[in-house]
Amino acid sequence: MNRSLAWRKTVNAVMLGLTGVFTVITVSALFVILGYLLFNGGKSLDWNFFTKLPLSPGELGGGMANAIKGSAEIIGLAALIGIPVGFLAGVYLSEYESRAFASLVRYVADLLNGVPSIVIGIVAWTLVVVPTRTFSALAGAVALAIMLIPIVTRQTEQFLREVPNSLREASLALGAHKWRMIATVVVPAGSKGILTGMILGIARIAGETAPLLFTAFNNQFWSHGLTQPTATLPVQIYIRATSPYEDWHRQAWAAGLVLIGLVLLANILARLVLARGISVPRS
Amino acid sequence: MATAVRVDTPAKKADQAGDQIARLVVLIFAASIVLIAVLIVWVLWYDSAPSRHKLGWSFLTSSQWNPVTEQFGGLPFIFGTVVTSVLALLISVPLGVGSAIFLSELAPRRISDALTFLIELLAAIPSVIYGLLAIFTLVPLMRLYVEPFLRKVLGFLPLFQGIAYGVGTLTAGVILAVMTLPFIISVSRESLLAVPGEQREAALALGSTKWETTWQVVVPYARLGIMGAIFLGLARALGETMAVTMVIGNSTAIHASLFAPGNTIAAVIANEFAEATGDVYQGVLIELGLVLFCLTIILNGLARLMIIATTRKGSKRA
Repeated sequence: MNRSLAWRKTVNAVMLGLTGVFTVITVSALFVILGYLLFNGGKSLDWNFFTKLPLSPGELGGGMANAIKGSAEIIGLAALIGIPVGFLAGVYLSEYESRAFASLVRYVADLLNGVPSIVIGIVAWTLVVVPTRTFSALAGAVALAIMLIPIVTRQTEQFLREVPNSLREASLALGAHKWRMIATVVVPAGSKGILTGMILGIARIAGETAPLLFTAFNNQFWSHGLTQPTATLPVQIYIRATSPYEDWHRQAWAAGLVLIGLVLLANILARLVLARGISVPRS
Repeated sequence: MATAVRVDTPAKKADQAGDQIARLVVLIFAASIVLIAVLIVWVLWYDSAPSRHKLGWSFLTSSQWNPVTEQFGGLPFIFGTVVTSVLALLISVPLGVGSAIFLSELAPRRISDALTFLIELLAAIPSVIYGLLAIFTLVPLMRLYVEPFLRKVLGFLPLFQGIAYGVGTLTAGVILAVMTLPFIISVSRESLLAVPGEQREAALALGSTKWETTWQVVVPYARLGIMGAIFLGLARALGETMAVTMVIGNSTAIHASLFAPGNTIAAVIANEFAEATGDVYQGVLIELGLVLFCLTIILNGLARLMIIATTRKGSKRA
């Protein structure tokens, strides 16, 4: 160990400086991405985008009204299936812990969270598209619901655990049964956090494309009902961005801006709610 | 000593029944999560049966891919998946761990929290948006500047030879690197923050510089958590679909050059599944899905265990 002090100090300064540079590079990636989207998307976004149907390639103009409606339907249906299941499973993990089974459920939920979304698409295809013999909004919603459940479960559990035990004890001491304690004390106390978790979960599935490719598929027109192929914003972005038409590229940017606007807004809102903590003062 | 007298009023009975019912309901929903996992495995196993029976293990080692003549080899896709993911990690691990060190060791807590919030927003950006940006900005950038530069400097390696298309394995690796960064940074930062302060103080008291403290004491202490973070990033990279599909070029040949177009498991499923006809063709794609599923489950499982082990160790000794 015969390194001089000056050398060690230089290494110190260089390496620490480098970590700072790395951080700046990473954070600036976000701003470059947002800047590009804002610039290109802002140029292309107009009122027609929200109100008109897509036109065939070559014709200028048109919009993505059907894809916006399709996305809203599929995400809404996925939330309708996924949120109750995820929420109740989260209540179980936090309130009814029975060592072995609870840790199994927790571990499986974490693993489900990591399953590639394209694989979830295959599963929804097998479960819904094959028996009904048609691509449908329902199949897309099932795929997204499978992705949503583990997210909501883990978030619900996490926020219910932050509710202080003294609240539980107080309500049990007043003679409440366990289910009344959960329904009237614990869940309301953790509601803000749980809501945050749900918003984050929905924001996460809102941008998913891969599981929709062969479940909801795509549609040039309005889809009538949940049993028809349905256009969605993310799939439209994929199709348009990879197409050779200039005007379609323009629309892909516009759709990208709308999608990221919604996703980031949901994220920022959710985190602001979260930042204010749970609804009861912690003792 | 008076014995407690139980008075079973109707309301109380209802409450007791309520307890039973509530317990049962939440238990069923919790069990449904396990059921979904079992269902996924069963679907992948059952649906890939035609392909597994017809092709056997040779599927994983053959590189012939021609759906028309029913020749299916999975190797190009497995190869492409591994190469793009490794490339991504080569870029994102130094960047990510470096940033995590800055965020946990140097930046004041409030600035660190704010920057971490911004970095975690990167994880919220949908994959298809990364693809959109990559097609129109990264691909031309790679074709016109980065790939010609690499060829000039490192062209003696077979990795950096050939035509610079812009779309290809290298570009997919770069976009995957950006996408895995937020996971690596936020989990590494958590692990570094869980290292007890005494460790740092002891090293500094012995005369170490800040960097020596960080690199020789803090990072080794948190190494398991950082490994977990890297595994988590790797699992993300393996399963990533849209962004890769949009820039990798979809060629089913194996090339030595990173500039050449390639393919990944997720990309080939995304591209061909909706049009796949016949049990064997579909079965092959689903079998590829099964391979991908197993890879990510193993990596995720290991990552979770490592992360749990580190954060527990930190909190116990703190």
